[in-house]
Amino acid sequence: MSELTDLSVPELLAGMRRGDFSAVEVTRAFLRAIECLEPSLHTLITFTPELAVRMAEEADRRYRAWRHEGSSTEAALPPLLGIPIMIKDVLCLKGVPCTCGSRILQDFVPPYTATAVQRLLDAGVVVLGKTNTDEFAMGSSTENSAFGATRNPWNPEHVPGGSSGGSASAVAARMTPAALGSDTGGSIRQPAAYCGVTGIKPTYGRVSRYGLVAYGSSLDTVGVFARSAAETALFFSLMAGHDPLDSTSAREPVPPVSLPDTPNLNGLRIGVPEEYFISGMSAEVEQAVRNAIAQMEHLGATVQNVRLPHTGYALPVYYLIAPAEASANLARYDGVRFGYRAPAERLWEMFDRTRGNGFGAEVKRRIMLGTYALSAGYYDAYYAQAQKVRTLIRQDFLDAFQQVDVIACPVAPTPAFRIGEHTDDPLAMYLEDIFTLPANLAGIPGLAFPAGFSATGLPIGMQLMSAPFREEILFHTAHAYQQVTDWHTRRPPLTP
Amino acid sequence: MSLTLAEVEHIARLARLELSEEEKIRFREQLSAILDYAARLQEVDTRNISPTAWTVNVQAPLREDVPAQGLPTSEVLSNAPQVQDNQFRVPPVLEG
Repeated sequence: MSELTDLSVPELLAGMRRGDFSAVEVTRAFLRAIECLEPSLHTLITFTPELAVRMAEEADRRYRAWRHEGSSTEAALPPLLGIPIMIKDVLCLKGVPCTCGSRILQDFVPPYTATAVQRLLDAGVVVLGKTNTDEFAMGSSTENSAFGATRNPWNPEHVPGGSSGGSASAVAARMTPAALGSDTGGSIRQPAAYCGVTGIKPTYGRVSRYGLVAYGSSLDTVGVFARSAAETALFFSLMAGHDPLDSTSAREPVPPVSLPDTPNLNGLRIGVPEEYFISGMSAEVEQAVRNAIAQMEHLGATVQNVRLPHTGYALPVYYLIAPAEASANLARYDGVRFGYRAPAERLWEMFDRTRGNGFGAEVKRRIMLGTYALSAGYYDAYYAQAQKVRTLIRQDFLDAFQQVDVIACPVAPTPAFRIGEHTDDPLAMYLEDIFTLPANLAGIPGLAFPAGFSATGLPIGMQLMSAPFREEILFHTAHAYQQVTDWHTRRPPLTP
Repeated sequence: MSLTLAEVEHIARLARLELSEEEKIRFREQLSAILDYAARLQEVDTRNISPTAWTVNVQAPLREDVPAQGLPTSEVLSNAPQVQDNQFRVPPVLEG
C-alpha cells in the first residue's frame, strides 16, 4: 500500500469506510509529515495536533458505529468524515488563535467559528492547524507575516506565493490533503500556481464571509486548495451556498458538482484574451499555458480570441479600492476590545501607538494609501474614478462571456520568485497580481491549476475564469485536462 | 505626483497610525510612486459610467424579528486587553 499521505480524498474515504485504516492513522500520517517538513517550510502559525487526534478519534467512533449498524449506504456518513484539512489563519475557528499573521492579533482567540469552516466541520473534517499568511492577507509572497516567511516546497529559496502561501505550500508538500484560503486579489490562485496545486476563488458571495477577517469587503472570497480539480470541487460544493449571517451571501442554488469520468470537452467554448499575454512575461509561462489550451482544444473544445480591453487598468483600480476598504475595515484594531494594546497614558496616544506598533509595513502602507484615496479633495479623482473603471472591467468580462464559456490565461507572469526579490519595491510585488486582480474586481470565479514546469523545476499554473456562479464549468474543464496530464500528480523534492 | 512630508503626517493622523521619522520618509516615496502609477486611471473616459461598489445586488435582506442568543458577556470580554466591572477599560480620554 502506498503512503497514506499520497492517497486522494476519495481513496482515503473509501479506505476508512472499509476499515483498511482508521481516521486516527490517517491524521497521524499527516501529523508526521508536518513534523518532518514544517521546520523547512513554515506553513503553519498554529499547529493543533491534540485537537486533530481528538477529532479523528470522534470520526473513528462514527465509522465504527456505522459499520456496527451494518449500514450499506454511504449516505449515513458525513461526506468528509476523518479527512484532515488546514485553515488559513484569517478564518475563525472557535477556541483556536486567529492571528491573521499580525502582531496586533497575536493573542486573539475567536469566540465563534466561520461558516465555511463550520460547514466542513459538519462534513466531518479534522483540523491540523492554521496556516501562515501575509499580514491580513495583504501580500503576494507570504513574506509579510509577523511570524516569518513560508517557503516553496519545490525550492525553499523561492516564495510559495501569497497571501494564502501557507495553505498552498502545505498541500503541495502533502502535509494535508486540502486547505482553506481567501482570495481578495489572487491570494488563492497565485500561490496555487507557484506551488503546483489546484485552487478555487469562487464567485463573490458564493461562500459565506462570516468569520473571515475582513480585508476588502467587496472583493474578499473564501476558497480552497487541493491536489486536483475533482477534490477541490468536493470541498467547494460543501462550503458554498447561502448563509443568513453574511448579508452579501448569494442565494443562487449550489448544484452538486458531478464530473464526468471521460475527458471530453465537446461544445466548450474557450476564450483567449491577448491582454493576458504581455511583453515581459516569462516565455515558459506563455508556452505552458498555450500548450494547455491546445490540449483542451484536442479534447473537443473550440478556441477563439476575446478582448478584455480594460485589463491594464485593473492594477491601479485594485490598489485604490482594496486599500480604501482595508483602511475602513482595519479601523477596528484600536487596542480597546481585543488584540494588542500598546502602553500609553492617554486614549488617543494608545490608539496611535497600538496601531503603529501592531501593524507591519505593508498593512500600514495600504491603510495610508486607502486613507488618502478616501480623504477630502482626493475622493473623486482616485476612489470614485477607480469604481467607475471597475464597472468597465466587469463589463468586459460580461461581454466576453456572451461569446465563450471560459476564459483561459496565465495566473501570474512568472513562476515563483525568490524570497526577498520584491520586498523593497511594493509596485514590483503588486505586478505579480495583474492576471488575478480582474476576477475579484468583476466578482467572477477563477480556478488555478498546474500546467507545466519551468526549466528550473518550478510549477507553472494556468487560470480559467467563467461567468458568475458557473464554478462547475471550471472544475469540469480542469478535471478533463487533469485526466490527460500528470502535472498535478508530480511531487516536490521536499515531501515526506 | 509627489506627496509632501506634511501630507504623509496628515494621512497618518487621519488613520491613527504612529509612524517613525524613517517610516514617514519611506512611505512618502512609496506612496508617491504608487499614486503616480494610479494616475493613469485619469485617461479613461468614465462620463456616463456609474461606479461599481458591489458586484452582487446588495439589498439589506429582511428576516423575521425573532430574538436570538448573543455571545455571553464573559466571551465578549475574553479578548479584551483590560476589563473592569464587566466593561472594557481604556486609558483616560481627558487631562485632569
